[in-house]
Amino acid sequence: MVANRDIDITVRRGTVHALIGENGAGKSTLMKILYGMQKPDEGTISVDGRAVVLHSPADAIARGIGMVHQHFMLADNLTVQENIVLGAEKLHGIGAAARRRIQELSDAYGLGVRPDVLVEEIGVADRQRVEILKVLYRGARTLILDEPTAVLVPQEVDALFANLRELKAEGLTVIFISHKLGEVLAVADEITVIRRGTTVASVTPAETTPKQLAELMVGTELPVPETRESTVTDTPVLEVSGLHLSGTDAEGVVREVLSDITFTIHRGEVLGIAGVEGNGQSELVETVMGMRRPDGGVIRLAGEDISRTATRGRREAGIGYIPEDRHRHGLLLDAPLWENRMLGHVTQRPNSNGPWLTGGDARRDTERIVEEYDVRTPGVDVTAASLSGGNQQKLIVGREMSHRPRVLVAAHPTRGVDVGAQVQIWDQIREARHEGMAVLLISADLDELIGLSDTLRVMYRGRLVASADPAAITPEQLGTAMTGAATGTLDRPGPADDPGAQGSDD
Amino acid sequence: MTEMPATVSSLTSLVRDPHRRERLLLGAAAPALALVTAFVLIAVVMAVTDQNPVRAFGLMLDYGTKADSQVWIINKAIAYYLSAVAVAIGFRMNLFNIGVDGQYQVGALIAAWVGGSLAFTGLVNIPLMILVAMVVSGFWAGIAGYLKATRGVSEVISTIMLNAIAGSLVGYLLKEGRLAELSGNIVHTPDLPDSSMFFTIDTGNGEIWGTVVIAVLAGVAYWFLLGRTRFGYDLRAVGHSDTAALASGVNVKTMVTGAMLLSGVAAGLVGMPILLNDSGNFGNNFPGGMGFTGIAIALLGRNHAVGMAFAALLWGFLERTGNHLDFEGYSREIVGVMQGTIVLSVVIAYELVRRWGLRRQQSRVGAELAAGRAKTNDAAEVGQ
Repeated sequence: MVANRDIDITVRRGTVHALIGENGAGKSTLMKILYGMQKPDEGTISVDGRAVVLHSPADAIARGIGMVHQHFMLADNLTVQENIVLGAEKLHGIGAAARRRIQELSDAYGLGVRPDVLVEEIGVADRQRVEILKVLYRGARTLILDEPTAVLVPQEVDALFANLRELKAEGLTVIFISHKLGEVLAVADEITVIRRGTTVASVTPAETTPKQLAELMVGTELPVPETRESTVTDTPVLEVSGLHLSGTDAEGVVREVLSDITFTIHRGEVLGIAGVEGNGQSELVETVMGMRRPDGGVIRLAGEDISRTATRGRREAGIGYIPEDRHRHGLLLDAPLWENRMLGHVTQRPNSNGPWLTGGDARRDTERIVEEYDVRTPGVDVTAASLSGGNQQKLIVGREMSHRPRVLVAAHPTRGVDVGAQVQIWDQIREARHEGMAVLLISADLDELIGLSDTLRVMYRGRLVASADPAAITPEQLGTAMTGAATGTLDRPGPADDPGAQGSDD
Repeated sequence: MTEMPATVSSLTSLVRDPHRRERLLLGAAAPALALVTAFVLIAVVMAVTDQNPVRAFGLMLDYGTKADSQVWIINKAIAYYLSAVAVAIGFRMNLFNIGVDGQYQVGALIAAWVGGSLAFTGLVNIPLMILVAMVVSGFWAGIAGYLKATRGVSEVISTIMLNAIAGSLVGYLLKEGRLAELSGNIVHTPDLPDSSMFFTIDTGNGEIWGTVVIAVLAGVAYWFLLGRTRFGYDLRAVGHSDTAALASGVNVKTMVTGAMLLSGVAAGLVGMPILLNDSGNFGNNFPGGMGFTGIAIALLGRNHAVGMAFAALLWGFLERTGNHLDFEGYSREIVGVMQGTIVLSVVIAYELVRRWGLRRQQSRVGAELAAGRAKTNDAAEVGQ
């Protein structure tokens, strides 16, 4: 398998070097090679002018190369200090010396890490700083950051960039992987674009624009994603009113995860929910899908009360679902693609006829989906696990769209998906919306939310605290509202902001 | 023989589809690899203990392929196969039903008592007994299913404990004046009338038990239910990923209870070959432990309807020839060593082949995509 060919990058000390490319372009493979997790078939890597062979991450760390993964690798029930020294106890022990070193590093680079706090008590941005400190603690002089901004709101991104500049000023080198072009232009000193496994360009931010970069990444001219003509009708499709859900957190304390959630989505409308992750969006989605049983509230689909309907019934009634975590909720990884095509729709044509499966029809239809939705696969008999993330997502989108849902519940529909597939998925959602589909869209990508939604709501601590007009709002304003700072007052007060205590639910 | 239609359809698709061909080859490679490894290990064990492995294997092959041995092996394999099917139903959705042993014994006891006490004609009595066994065993397994679905009790623990309870229950009921009568020093349920015994097929070298038909039917039903029905799909989906199954609309709790019940119902059949073709009653000499044999056979046969049939026959072969080795001066324990080694090698080999296959598939997907990219690259360059 050739994931990378003829990659040439030179990263100079004391710079932030961005590496951009679509998913599947070979960024991850390249990173794995640089971090010693995979060995190149040919070519050389030199650090400080000396050729090195990296057999394992330990080798890479010994050469001063450290990696901050996209998914944090922290133990929630340990303190920050314990997490940092875990596995590196030999360096400064686990006691006062270690704490001194942590404090030193934290001060030197302005990371502001508090060593004694439990990791489960700190937010995403803080966790990321802990990850960075962890790598620095092990003596890294070159940091590889894999999509570090994916989980952050704009304000936190700015803080991260300030940290990166600090690191750079101290002579450290940062390799920054991303496919968010605006960020790359804001922070990088040099940019290398990877496409189809090769480096296609090396540019500096001064001499390029986001559009040019995007075109370099995709290799063709980009379609403009904004289409503003409204398809919203006044026929309600999904009505949620007074939804309450309580959950038990890690300490066993019962608290309200969703409180008094009320919204209506009409035919042809995309309702976007903005919010920092962990403010109840996942729970809202799972409650709408019937995977969680709410304590109160009513959910109606096209006027019909489905509050007591099981997940399967809701799906049959026409709710499509693009789950947040496709590996956990969207696919059977060990099963072939055509069996995955049945998942969630096994009671419907072409997957079954009465109680009997119709495997032949399902296979043919899977071939159609592969063709129409451009799923890159050698066939429908390979397992879902062997596809790349973007292609898995295209299969899921194709599957859900094939059943012409009345409502599509889409949680982060383009997360971890390359630009080409992202545009394609957006187009498909827009097209279906044009034909009258209603969409509940959850996303951490504010551009996606603003670009796709007809109506925006902001979710904070389990409540819909604000609403906004996507045509009038900027990502920065939205980001502020997501931190809870601008509760209820974006462009007009959110209607859901008034609980009213009317006891419409029990 | 069970799987004729399936085999034919797989064969035609083999020609068409290289991916399926490879999967099938991999499927066969694992047990072959495992058996070879196991026999090498066994040979080493025998050589170390000063026994001649070559001679032993020769003797086994010789004796095991004699006509009367073949009949013995087939008859033995019937119950083993049914037990494996019961276990496999659980395995397919990640449920470990260790309780087949208790389930079939309780089922067989009640069925034997019903059949022996009611003097219907065989035409009514036999189906009645089978039904009773299935219902009772299903109930016994259902307890574990219910506990898991409602209280989250691990089925591994509850079925093991239910085995112990089943043992005591059988002991309690199998007393004179309760469900049993005494003849000699054996307590057993009333003998079935001759008309209530299952037919046999005379081969001239012994009689093959007619209950082999039940095993074949159970195998076909297992294959069809799991592979060709919505219910089977849901069950397998839960086995692959319970979170994805839940999101897809499967009621996981219902499936847990359902699969456990079904596993128990299949377990009810395990005692039937012996009851209906051999003993004609349930006594304190009724064979036990077949539920555990079923676990080994399901592992060996990879939960596959045909694979388990071969595995059951292999098990029968080992037991038959093991007895013979004893006569020939080999230690009797060598058969136990063989069975253990085979199961271990098989489990390891499957996992190795599975990982290797997945890696191979991933790299092939990558290679085909890279080839596709290279083509579009060229095209782009020509275009410029």
